[in-house]
Amino acid sequence: MTTEAGFDLDDGELSLLLEAIYLRFHYDFRNYARASLRRRLAQALLRLRCETLSHLQARLFREPEVFTLLLQVLTVQVSDLFRDPPFFRYLREQIVPELRTYPSLKVWVAGCAAGEEVFSLSILLREEGLLDRAMIYATDINPEALRKAEAGVYALERVPTFTENHRASGGRSSLSDYYTAAYGSAVLDRSLLKRVVFSDHSLATDNVFAEVQLVLCRNVLIYFDKVLQSRAIGLFKDALCRRGFLGLGSRESLAFSAHAAAFKRTFPNEQWYRRW
Amino acid sequence: MVIPSPGPLSRDAELSPRIGAIVVGVSAGAINALSVLLPALPRELAVAVIVVVHVSAGRRSLLCDLFRARCAMRVREPVDKEPVGAGTIWFAPPDYHLLVERERTFALSLEAPVHFSRPSIDVLFESAADAYGSELLAIVLTSASCDGSAGALSVRSHGGTVVVQEPDTAEAPLLPRLVIAQGSPHKVGTLLEICDFVRATVEGGAP
Repeated sequence: MTTEAGFDLDDGELSLLLEAIYLRFHYDFRNYARASLRRRLAQALLRLRCETLSHLQARLFREPEVFTLLLQVLTVQVSDLFRDPPFFRYLREQIVPELRTYPSLKVWVAGCAAGEEVFSLSILLREEGLLDRAMIYATDINPEALRKAEAGVYALERVPTFTENHRASGGRSSLSDYYTAAYGSAVLDRSLLKRVVFSDHSLATDNVFAEVQLVLCRNVLIYFDKVLQSRAIGLFKDALCRRGFLGLGSRESLAFSAHAAAFKRTFPNEQWYRRW
Repeated sequence: MVIPSPGPLSRDAELSPRIGAIVVGVSAGAINALSVLLPALPRELAVAVIVVVHVSAGRRSLLCDLFRARCAMRVREPVDKEPVGAGTIWFAPPDYHLLVERERTFALSLEAPVHFSRPSIDVLFESAADAYGSELLAIVLTSASCDGSAGALSVRSHGGTVVVQEPDTAEAPLLPRLVIAQGSPHKVGTLLEICDFVRATVEGGAP
């Protein structure tokens, strides 16, 4: 496929590269959705100054730092605090009352990237008085993203959007209660992470590690093909207790998954599913 | 007006490959231009029409509501992995890139904006060119952004057909001019001429 950069990615080279990454680094991108993966690889060639995927592959084996850079390009990290406010409003108004009935609450944020979803959830659970009895497992395949998430430092210019989203999601307090502004950054309150465990976990190669009542996995499945999507949804199915909740991104659906029958869709917000 | 191009000069319906999908890229002036093009497409049109309009990242796009009432074809926004159904006008959802996979399902992505745009015309056109090859018809309409010119080139290099709105009739002529300048279009015309071209070229388009 030709891209803006004028690269023509050879399918054979692409498959070989993904095999090589799996063998050498144990990261499995072989079942990532191909159209957008091709775009990101074309960008990686530009950024790493490689002419072909074979050239990139050769460098991966000889220069360990190249993989670290490649990983940042291959994994897409985009979110905001309370991104998509109706999603969090539904969580707060419809799901939290049910979560209150559990003496202890376990949550899995799968693909937590730079931590925006984790902090949004922590703030919401604190506002609802549930954080102290919650345990949040936040997982991602990208160690750099996990480091960013644990640091909880975001550019100050993003705060107006965060604040607006928080308010639109039904926030009960002022977002400024949860961060300190300094040197162009907003540093989130460390106590929000008291109940959070960050961990390296791959939806492509790892297994279920806990029983949870709530799974958040938003805008992660869009990067997987149907096979890998099915694997990931199977993990959520096995991790969720009966009547547990799964929250997806605004354009994601279980409708095309083999596991669709194991879940019921909630209404009117169609991003939430219930394990059945 | 037909611009000579390096590929086959004649795009008569009987010589053209079967059109398997139509992609449309449009920005400034989109509502007026689409209001001419989309309602003119008959319900029987046997292909998908996939449209990227540059819209701000609001929570909800009003495009579907706006065009559903005016169009004979079905009008929808796809969800991830949905098959690219024929007889339907598909609008890219706001704040996501929309792509087509080779198995002809939709894919979404939150990669960085291209030329400040998400959804991006280039992203749709390049992926659709890869998926449909010579069966793709790309329509470039009014736009003040250069997003779409690389995509049109990609459609051309995969053997697809590129049709461009006559810049003098476009509210924003920048993108149409760019695509004409790079020499890729098979046809340049007014909106009504483009409607006629689609109806004459695409299966199910003729009354």
